[in-house]
Amino acid sequence: MEITSKTARQWARLGPRGVYGQAILAIAPEHDNLMVMSADLASSSGLERFRTAHPEKFINAGIAEQNMVGVAAGLAKEGFNVFASSFSPFIAMRASEQIRMNLGYMELNVKAVAIGSGIGMGFLGNSHFGIEDVAVMRSIPNITVVSPADCAEVVKLVKAAANYKGPMYIRLTGSANCPIVYSDDYEFEIGKSITLNEGKDVTLIANGSMVYQSIKAAELLSEQGISASVINMHTIKPLDTEKLQYLVEQGKPIVTIEEHSKIGGLGSAVSEFLSPLGSGVKHLTIALPDAFIKTGAYDYMLKDQGLDAESVSQKIKSFLFQR
Amino acid sequence: MSYPELNKFAYNMRQNILEVSYHSGTSTHLGGALSMTDVMAVLYGKVLNYDPKNPRWVDRDIFILSKGHGVLGFYPALLEAGIISREVFETFQQNGSNLIAHPVMNLDLGIESSNGSLGHGISMAVGIAFAAKKQKKHFQTFTLVGDGETNEGSVWEAAMLASHLKLNNLTAIVDYNKQQNDGYGKDVLRIDNMAERFKAFGWHTIEVDGHDITELVAAFEIAPIDKPKAIIAHTIKGKGVPFMEGDNAWHHNRLTKSNYETAISSLQESVE
Repeated sequence: MEITSKTARQWARLGPRGVYGQAILAIAPEHDNLMVMSADLASSSGLERFRTAHPEKFINAGIAEQNMVGVAAGLAKEGFNVFASSFSPFIAMRASEQIRMNLGYMELNVKAVAIGSGIGMGFLGNSHFGIEDVAVMRSIPNITVVSPADCAEVVKLVKAAANYKGPMYIRLTGSANCPIVYSDDYEFEIGKSITLNEGKDVTLIANGSMVYQSIKAAELLSEQGISASVINMHTIKPLDTEKLQYLVEQGKPIVTIEEHSKIGGLGSAVSEFLSPLGSGVKHLTIALPDAFIKTGAYDYMLKDQGLDAESVSQKIKSFLFQR
Repeated sequence: MSYPELNKFAYNMRQNILEVSYHSGTSTHLGGALSMTDVMAVLYGKVLNYDPKNPRWVDRDIFILSKGHGVLGFYPALLEAGIISREVFETFQQNGSNLIAHPVMNLDLGIESSNGSLGHGISMAVGIAFAAKKQKKHFQTFTLVGDGETNEGSVWEAAMLASHLKLNNLTAIVDYNKQQNDGYGKDVLRIDNMAERFKAFGWHTIEVDGHDITELVAAFEIAPIDKPKAIIAHTIKGKGVPFMEGDNAWHHNRLTKSNYETAISSLQESVE
């Protein structure tokens, strides 16, 4: 799956869920020991083609996420490379203790994939939103937590994850017609952030769907004479502390932007790094509130919650002037 | 191993359970360990295929202790089987030991999984049994589930998937001692008709006296064609120590010197 402006547009139309299924299908020939599980959501995870092409590598656990994670662990123990997916709250929270015991405590090689995390499930409402998943997953020892910026990065991540030995939580945000961040091939490494552009006044650190909004916010800020760096911190755990240390030395204000509750996500992870240093580097967290929000279309909610580029740029501007 | 040898295996296990529990100086899960002892003696004395000199042998049968608090019925079986040494065994519940109150995965010690949270092990066992099918391996997977543990809904999720996948290489043994932390199962959450429940979930189900070595051996020998197997082992909590039998105070408790001495002598009297 080569990243070109054409494929990037095709994938963007499909959205991260559909592209997850395509990426799994694409890696299948390279991984004899691949096993893919779903909890009655194969068709919602873009896995229809995979299960038709590789029925012997697919297990539907039924609507039973806890058991799915346990079974995935048993398969991983016997050497299978397992990807198990469901909607974010059903895998990250309903099965969180199975993830804790099997992926965390026993370090079994399972990739737990949350499709439709954040608020991308739109009118399906808070029951289906992933607003606490990063907080829960990153607090479990041994779990790597990654949230790709766009559909091309979903492709990069699935490939990297299949070659990565160890448990991982993959958080897919955004929906169909997902904005494009990458339309050319680039270097992707789990645990290593990507600087998308350099600026001199402020650094925006984002992941998932908020990388695109941050790029756009930086453009809006630039029109007003504010120069912003944008960093794609796709891996929330382990955090790229080398990059953060560099930013601290630079001393510019930092703004973290994420489609997750303000409690326990990327903003918290960055704060945990910054606060013991006492460096005086200012940090603003832009995130969802600690609340179950009023539901609507995805774009409506992003705007309503101040996570669209326009709102993000305004928040950053007032933060900078307040200094 | 002959039947008398299996009885001796179980007797030695009970003696070691009492000894290590007493010497730990702490409260331990004695009742449920003594109820599962005969099942474990048959498993490790006759049924399971393993190499005590090489616990990681790739073709070994897999045993998962889903009722993770049952370690005192597990470590003594590993000791008796020659998989762990007495020296290791005696570290039970010492600071920093590998042998604590719930199993911690350690393939060199024959401990296949970390457990302690109920309703997890059976799911992992389903995954392992299915992996064996996929890899065309001939080992068998066994898991011991507590009857109280079946309160956990995930046990039934696993039960559904195991029969759906026709895992005839998987055996779940239910230690049906009819008591749990807060008392009798019938008072806490009714779990009667255990065999009918598993049968309804599509398992080949066998009910046995879980303290009768002959019945246990016969049950393990049954090989269903296309179903997972559930052995519902009717047991007595605290079995083998008269003052503990059926007394749920011994679910998790500490042995005093006099308790310990009484327990050991009554155990010895039972075979004289």
